[in-house]
Amino acid sequence: MVQAQRPRIGVFVCECGRNIAATVDCDAVRDYAGTLDGVVCAVKNKYTCSEPGQREVQKWVREKGLDRVVIAACSPRLHEPTFRNCVKQVGLNPYLMEMANIREHCSWVHQGDPGGATCKAKDLVRSAVARAGFLEPQEEAEVKVTASALVIGGGIAGIQAALDLAHAGTKVILVEREPSIGGIMAQLDKTYPTMDCSI
Amino acid sequence: MMDVGRHPNIKLHTYSEVESITGFIGNFKARIRRKARFVDEKQCTACGDCVKVCPVVTPSRFDIGLSTRRAIYIPFPQAVPASYVIDMEKCLGNNPVACGKCAAACEKDCIDFDMRDETFEVEVGAVVVATGAGVVDPTHLEEYGYRRYANVITSLEFERLVSAGGPTGGEIVRFNDFQTPRRIAFIQCVGSRSKKTGRPYCSNICCMNTVKDSLLIKEHYPDVEIDVFYMDLRAFGKGFEDLLQRSRGRGVRYLRGLPGRITEDPASQDLVLRWENQEEGGRVEDRSYGMVILAVGLEPRKDNERVRGMLTLSKTSDGFFLESHNKLDPVSAPTRGVFLAGCAESPKDIRDSVTQAGAAAARVLRLLGSGKISIEAVTARVDPEKCNMCGLCAKGCPYNAILVDKAKNLKATVIEAACAGCGNCAATCMHGAITARHFTDAQIASQIDAIFADSPQEKVLTFACNWCSYAGGDFAGVSRMQYPPSARLVRTLCSARVRPDFILYAFQKGAPVVLVSGCHLGDCHYIKANHHTLERIERLWGRLERKGIRRERLQLEWISAAEGKKFQEVMCRVDEIRKSVTLAEIAATQEALSQEKVRVGV
Repeated sequence: MVQAQRPRIGVFVCECGRNIAATVDCDAVRDYAGTLDGVVCAVKNKYTCSEPGQREVQKWVREKGLDRVVIAACSPRLHEPTFRNCVKQVGLNPYLMEMANIREHCSWVHQGDPGGATCKAKDLVRSAVARAGFLEPQEEAEVKVTASALVIGGGIAGIQAALDLAHAGTKVILVEREPSIGGIMAQLDKTYPTMDCSI
Repeated sequence: MMDVGRHPNIKLHTYSEVESITGFIGNFKARIRRKARFVDEKQCTACGDCVKVCPVVTPSRFDIGLSTRRAIYIPFPQAVPASYVIDMEKCLGNNPVACGKCAAACEKDCIDFDMRDETFEVEVGAVVVATGAGVVDPTHLEEYGYRRYANVITSLEFERLVSAGGPTGGEIVRFNDFQTPRRIAFIQCVGSRSKKTGRPYCSNICCMNTVKDSLLIKEHYPDVEIDVFYMDLRAFGKGFEDLLQRSRGRGVRYLRGLPGRITEDPASQDLVLRWENQEEGGRVEDRSYGMVILAVGLEPRKDNERVRGMLTLSKTSDGFFLESHNKLDPVSAPTRGVFLAGCAESPKDIRDSVTQAGAAAARVLRLLGSGKISIEAVTARVDPEKCNMCGLCAKGCPYNAILVDKAKNLKATVIEAACAGCGNCAATCMHGAITARHFTDAQIASQIDAIFADSPQEKVLTFACNWCSYAGGDFAGVSRMQYPPSARLVRTLCSARVRPDFILYAFQKGAPVVLVSGCHLGDCHYIKANHHTLERIERLWGRLERKGIRRERLQLEWISAAEGKKFQEVMCRVDEIRKSVTLAEIAATQEALSQEKVRVGV
């Protein structure tokens, strides 16, 4: 078995209202998380992503001197930026935050099996805690952004996007396959609900 | 439209196509092909002298074949740019024997038969995909007889017919006798909301378009009778209900139920609709009309695949492009720096297209305004102590982001700005010299350890790539698609990050089944890194079989971000395989692999 260094991990189990709590026994997951190696505190929140939820995470980081945070909640594809930012505000490197997806990958897909879902949620937390022990701070590289935009398609949507951007001072390259812009809109006679011309 | 042509900040390339796009958020390079117009669009004044002498007559695509144009033409009078173009497939050419009349007629010498396609490259920070939708061709719906019967037309053909600039100058006439019909029927949901036609979704625009069309007819011909056959009327937007009431007020009848069949009276070429009158207890009635207008729906463009491939976009099950988040981020594509506007994302009307386009522009401005963007710290790092300069990492890198040269004793180095973080190099390196930051061997091994710390026989270790398979799992969750709770996902950015040693390590730890999942081949978010996944898994299957381990116990699946249903099915199927693996088989596997040297990073 691989061994982590001695981290100070805080685990925050989100109920997400009833979204997680209706299927997963969040108290049991929190209690279990508290027994894991390296975990110095395990806390349950109603909504961890909410302002009070985030403040509580920050409070525990400060009070317990946490150097790793595990959020057991929704998909990192949804709230990873939220929680990275949350821990960053209290001086923790954002890459020292790990999420366990106990909503999209657990409570929502095992609604008929609360026992199995709770067992899985504990496993996901255990796995996230293990990984957290190996997380390292990372620095993001900044790259410059070319200050122009390409709009593909010169129908009403492409025209409007190009005009909005151009009016705001951005250089726009608008590419239309046909010999004229206009798209389907140009073929319409009148348009609803105002009954005026399309062009 | 004119503003677009005039605006100093807009470089308009019409008759042009994007051929390829490379790069990443803030730093895209697009290759554009400008097709030869054979007319200098800056010089052309659209005087029309060329058209008068062109001898070629061909159907007008703008008027959907209801009128004709010449080989040299302007698509419609208000076209932007206001310039003629030669359709070279139809043109007789500049052979003086054959033709060349237009060139002779053009006083400004705008016509250049030697013009060739040009390609050029542009650098941009963001891309807005506004490629639109196609219009359903109802020919395959045989019950309606479109193309068989002269007086069954589509709603788009009707637009041209009723337009003052159209082929009839706005007269609504039948195609067989050029008479104005006395009775007109609309049939709704043609090509929409039907699994039979493969388009189960609502096309959004057709109900209100028909309401509008009915009012236009009533404006021109107050005495024409109009019946609209519908399933449900969806007049949900601002001002829509008002318009519907106006239509009803003008005497337009809205009848629930779609006709099952249209037949044509051979003599009059009138159309007879067989319809079940639900208000009369389902009585079957035949109703006769002089013209039938099929309210056709919108469909994904047939060539969406090209755009999708260029920008590694995903599509929803209906074929339109997938947005980052249905509610919270509906104008961003999952590929960073790419935004969606209009019908490319889903069928929508002009108002919604304008709204979404404005939102997309705001998102672009948010990105470009900062002047710089931070890139996730997930790039690869090389430990020069361990590198033996074999060069395999550089060879497999989809971005050519690794420099290494044994002859010059140059150890591998990663060009950080070019590295996208797929982790393929870390999976390739035989010497453990490469670290995939934030997805290190030790991090992944620690997850495997934790997962199999108890009851390993009950768990399916699933490696899921961030962009497709993991997102597919999220989609299954959002859709509440139920499956057995055996799956344990380990997220990597790309399936190409999965080193075979991780899989062997899992089997050593007692895994009954291991699943590796990634984007479909051709859809990889790291160009084609997942081809390396395929190669690795195929090799590993052979290796496992030689050890007496069933190949079913290592599964490989391609699951896209929109395939929640497939994710669910795979999870159910793989769980069945898991159940077939006995404790004795797991023990035998552990024994067979006990001597395998497996490197997992620590």
